[in-house]
Amino acid sequence: MSFFVLKRVTAMLLTLFFASIIIFGFIHVIPGDPIYVMLGDTATPEQAEKVRHSLGLDQPIIVQYLQWARRALTGDLGRSIFYQAPVLEAIADGAETSILLASITMVWVLLIGVPIGMIAAMRHGSWLDQTLSGAAMLLASVPTFWVGLYFILIFAAWLGWLPSSGYPSIFDEGGIANLRYLLLPSLTLAAPNAALILRLTRASMLDVSREDFVRTARAKGIRPWRVTTRHIFRNALLAVVSAFGFTFAALLSEAVVTETVFALPGIGRLVVQSILNRDYPVIQGIVLVVVVIYLVVNLIVDISYGLLDPRVEMQ
Amino acid sequence: MKLVRSLLVPFLARPIALAGLLLLLIVLLGAIFAPWIAPFDPDSMDPIIRLSPPGGAHWFGTDQYGRDTLSRVIYASRMALLVGVGVVVFALITGVPIGVLSALFPRLGQVLMRLVDVLMAFPSLLLALGLIVILGPSVANSILAVGFGFLTTTTRIVYGLTLRIRSETYVEAARSMGSRTLWLITKHVLPNLISPLLVQASFIFAFAQLAAASLDFLGLGAPPAIPSWGNMLAESRQFITRAPWLLFFPGMMIVLTAFALNIVGDSLRDRLDPRFREMLRGEA
Amino acid sequence: MLNVSDLTVSIGPDAAPVDLVSGVSFAIAPGEILGLVGESGCGKSMTSLAAMGLLPRPGPRIRSGRISLAGADVTQLEPWRRVEGGHGAMAMIFQEPMTSLNPVRRIGDQITEAVLVREKVSAAAAAGRARELLELVRIPDAALQLAAFPHQLSGGMRQRVMIAIALACRPTVLIADEPTTALDVTVQFQILGLLRELCNKLNMAILFITHDMGVIAQLADRVAVMYAGRIVETAPAKELFGRPAHPYTRSLMACMPIRGTGTGKLRTIPGRAPRPGSIKIGCAFAPRCPDARDICHQAAPPRQEIMTGHNALCAFPVSDGRPL
Repeated sequence: MSFFVLKRVTAMLLTLFFASIIIFGFIHVIPGDPIYVMLGDTATPEQAEKVRHSLGLDQPIIVQYLQWARRALTGDLGRSIFYQAPVLEAIADGAETSILLASITMVWVLLIGVPIGMIAAMRHGSWLDQTLSGAAMLLASVPTFWVGLYFILIFAAWLGWLPSSGYPSIFDEGGIANLRYLLLPSLTLAAPNAALILRLTRASMLDVSREDFVRTARAKGIRPWRVTTRHIFRNALLAVVSAFGFTFAALLSEAVVTETVFALPGIGRLVVQSILNRDYPVIQGIVLVVVVIYLVVNLIVDISYGLLDPRVEMQ
Repeated sequence: MKLVRSLLVPFLARPIALAGLLLLLIVLLGAIFAPWIAPFDPDSMDPIIRLSPPGGAHWFGTDQYGRDTLSRVIYASRMALLVGVGVVVFALITGVPIGVLSALFPRLGQVLMRLVDVLMAFPSLLLALGLIVILGPSVANSILAVGFGFLTTTTRIVYGLTLRIRSETYVEAARSMGSRTLWLITKHVLPNLISPLLVQASFIFAFAQLAAASLDFLGLGAPPAIPSWGNMLAESRQFITRAPWLLFFPGMMIVLTAFALNIVGDSLRDRLDPRFREMLRGEA
Repeated sequence: MLNVSDLTVSIGPDAAPVDLVSGVSFAIAPGEILGLVGESGCGKSMTSLAAMGLLPRPGPRIRSGRISLAGADVTQLEPWRRVEGGHGAMAMIFQEPMTSLNPVRRIGDQITEAVLVREKVSAAAAAGRARELLELVRIPDAALQLAAFPHQLSGGMRQRVMIAIALACRPTVLIADEPTTALDVTVQFQILGLLRELCNKLNMAILFITHDMGVIAQLADRVAVMYAGRIVETAPAKELFGRPAHPYTRSLMACMPIRGTGTGKLRTIPGRAPRPGSIKIGCAFAPRCPDARDICHQAAPPRQEIMTGHNALCAFPVSDGRPL
């Protein structure tokens, strides 16, 4: 098992290394002199030179990469041009919102997707199954920002039940009750992803239920409910676990849009604003942080899959 | 012809699949014949009737400049098709050669698939945003940026499918008889890829719709002057409380198109060889 | 012990059913092995699944007939309902030991689960019984293997585990559906020996399904030959191999390679078995039968008794090499 973990960690670090080259290269492929693109054409040559030096852009490219990588490893992701603050600080400011949004969303996704997918599979072919599967496919086809805007209209503007935008920290006034600001955004973000997990759960339950070992279990005289939970569901969950990484990536992507719609002070909105502000160090820093998070999540998924499926060890 | 007929069978048997296909046909016809179908010039403004609700001469109402929403929705379907087809074409002309060659030449494949793994470490919208930063926002660039995210998935699927096809005995036999690689590809690999790729294409089309709409909505896609469903939503956003219907129609068109494509993809997949089916779960 | 009478399994709409198994009857006594033999697709697996209450749903269903277990009617009962009803225990082993075990659960788990279905004992007692069962099916290091996962065992070992699971409910009837087809010849030999031994030791009734006449000759006490959904001949094994009466049985035997003769040529039966529902009148075997006469194509063949316990579904059966 430890060999398996070691192999996965090595593979992940290798991927991260190559990805870091792409992320580093990003600033160098922006057309035009990135300094003037950042500062605007009105910048004086002295200002430009100063920024160029502070970014280390006047050195050989390999030296630049190594310096950048060394600084990144120590948590120094450079300075934001727009906010005049360390990039890491800007990211840290958005972290609370984004982490809470992602976690709450994931809870919705699993709470809605897995049980309903299971029910649909158990009633395979019935009108209930067709309705649920159809609804899931419809939900997966809906743009999140569109749903979000109508959520705001109905629950905030018309009914006045929930706040329409923003998110004050749970450590500020209001405390844990501030989580209500994340209710609409998390449901918006959960909808299409829950739909995908629902479809996946249903499909893999149906696949597993056709396996020979399920027939063996039935032949033993085990009750149908127990066959479903102990044999079909348990094995089908493996597919759901392996899809967790994919779902997480989709969620990170869509969070960018959702945070913009609900004006949440998270990393997703920060990236959009930084693009509009041409604040390249921030974009670069966010991409790096997100890629690291995504790779770590995938590593955890891989390892837990290995723990759940005894066959993996053999490979 | 045989292929076409075998592809139509699943639709005739399932009413909902047929409805999906018809819906796509309607969007396609609407896009092609937009100038004849649209009741008004999509760009003509009339401040007097601005933000009028659906009814009368303007079935879908008018927007903040008094432009006819129905006409704009119809014209915007051109953008949707352009982006969808563009992304599918981009994903296929890059993904198919890379995938096939990687599977047939293992040493090359190791390098290329490693690269694909690295690209897959970037969540797709983030990758698209990064490319937009480099390339600047435009219609062509949003096709490229969104397409790039599907390059990786398409390559992976083609790679997996080709490996499978290659390992089937008849291709082994062809190899042992000393047939040339090019012949092997055209005779055995490509024909077997057509149906699974058709399924994949419909899912890519659906997801590309949604991704491009997101880019437009963020103001990083097609220029605001061009009517697209995403742009229409972005522009009308601030009027949602005054004219809630304004966002309904463009949003609904995105939903219906993506839904129709997903249904079509699903129905095609059900007809697929079961060996290939598990690889195409519809996550695109 | 197990009594199947006039069993008909059909698929398709009620208005126009297609029979996969038609009018099959047989009985098995404790300590007896009944071999059910036929080509693939003749309905033998469908018969066994129906008898076990495991017909896949949606799909084929029992249209008529009766299955009774120690006198109790279990025709429409799935295994768990049989457990609930307290009817005699029946177990089954399958063709593919590779896929018939749950790949992500330990062997011991899968056996104890079967033990606990019928016996309300403590987990420790069930685990102890699981070890005994593994010893019973001759798995070395039984205590150790309880913790193994299926993929860590060989095909033969997995089939032994399947047998252990089947024995966990202390069955009076065991159905073995081609249990040795997927195994190497030497392993096949061992498993057949084990089944015979268990049959005698536990006084079980075994229904052994196979397409291999050689296996039948080695194992069965009595044989039922199936063709196109019907049992065409039943006889004690010695009698059947000595004096096959139905032309189909004789063709099957002619196809058996005889060890040591080494003529090198394998004989086959010309033509193909009919698809279910395609034969409407006459004898299903008539198109392939070397001795078919006009009447065979026109009227359903009668069941004729050759001697006590030996009958054939044929208009012109052969006895002692002479027409009856």
